[in-house]
Amino acid sequence: MRVVGTVALLCTLAVPVRAVEIPPAERRSGYEFMSRETRAMQDDDAANPAMLWVLEGEALWARTAGAGERACRDCHGDARSSMKGVAARYPAFDATRGRPVNLEQRVNACRTERQKAPALAYQSRELLALTAYLGRQSRGLPIDIATDARMKPFLDAGRAAFNRRQGQLDLSCAQCHDDHWDKRLAGNAITQAHPNGYPLYRLEWQGLGSLQRRMRNCMAGIRALAPEYGSAEFVDLELFLAWRARGMKMETPAVRP
Amino acid sequence: MAGALINVPASARRGEIIEIKTLVSHPMETGYRRTQYGTVVPRDIIRQFVCTYNGEQIFRAEFHPAIAANPFIAFTTVATESGTIAFLWTGDNGYAVAESVKISVA
Ligand code: HEC
Ligand code: HEC
Repeated sequence: MRVVGTVALLCTLAVPVRAVEIPPAERRSGYEFMSRETRAMQDDDAANPAMLWVLEGEALWARTAGAGERACRDCHGDARSSMKGVAARYPAFDATRGRPVNLEQRVNACRTERQKAPALAYQSRELLALTAYLGRQSRGLPIDIATDARMKPFLDAGRAAFNRRQGQLDLSCAQCHDDHWDKRLAGNAITQAHPNGYPLYRLEWQGLGSLQRRMRNCMAGIRALAPEYGSAEFVDLELFLAWRARGMKMETPAVRP
Repeated sequence: MAGALINVPASARRGEIIEIKTLVSHPMETGYRRTQYGTVVPRDIIRQFVCTYNGEQIFRAEFHPAIAANPFIAFTTVATESGTIAFLWTGDNGYAVAESVKISVA
């Protein structure tokens, strides 16, 4: 079904490519494309299944781990104040690595360096729970990443990846998400690919997933080879998506179809 | 994963209709799926949900393979007296999650 839809769209995409960035006034969160029922699910914390992960994240925040015998809370205190707005600033520049890191990598840096505990795997229950819990502390706040000279090369790399045609279907992210966001593909709204709700509960997944998992889905859709989880290419793409969505309100943990 | 999320008003007037919302974490594996090698993924679902109000059963539901993962159940009841509203989900492989909340009725 999905492949047929993609092939049908290909024919539309064969006409000249616009690849113009979406003007700020026309930016719309994925939320705005959803059905009334799915919105209601996201709006009500008692019905939003992603809250199960947030609760787990809250428990992990207070749990001692690693040889350092410290919990996140021992150093950072109450996350509701200390972590307010933090997720909205990621990916952020990390001086030791000399490049931007995303929230998952930032959490793992604290795990390995401060707690002396093993890094958590991408898509592991614990890492999703912690990032959902951190993201929750930024809900309603605007995405506000740094765009100084240190960040510029990575932002440019992310933009180039977004605009690069790839995969057996030879499509770029921009062809769907900049040029055809107001259309549908195999029954689904294409949407503008904003990262403001992650990690989020996707009904299709029946579970919580990271932004990188979502991007891998799109890459599989165009039959492109996805980079490894946590690779520089993915973080640069995340950075570009955050820049494209700058000022938009965080919805973490959101729900999507 | 956190077991369950329960939303019940902490207090109510006697005779008031209150809404109870529950969300429980469970994969709800149907038993109909196969792996890429063709072996059946064994069924793993919640079979039953029971809610009691001061020991008296006020709501019960049976679950079947078509129910989504992390099922959400909402229902209403009449606030009759102060006490405990208890919830019990049971299912395949000895699955059991019990939760309870207090309600004060004036
Ligand atoms: C031993 C103390 C310690 C522990 C334990 C610790 N951290 Fe940190 N964390 C720090 C320090 C110090 C910084 C800031 C300095 C830096 O950039 O390295 C930081 C920075 C952070 C940041 C970035 C904040 C920002 O403003 O960008 C996040 C997010 C974070 N920690 C999450 C966590 C999580 C989640 C845990 C538990 C898994 C944790 N930390 C455990 C000491 C700790
Ligand atoms: C063939 C068209 C197509 C291409 C090419 C494509 N996507 Fe998507 N993308 C979609 C559709 C359709 C959805 C919505 C899917 C759904 O809801 O079922 C989506 C959803 C998304 C979302 C989720 C937005 C939200 O609100 O949660 C992100 C992020 C995203 N895409 C990023 C990308 C990136 C990055 C690329 C390039 C690597 C890309 N997409 C390439 C069609 C495409």
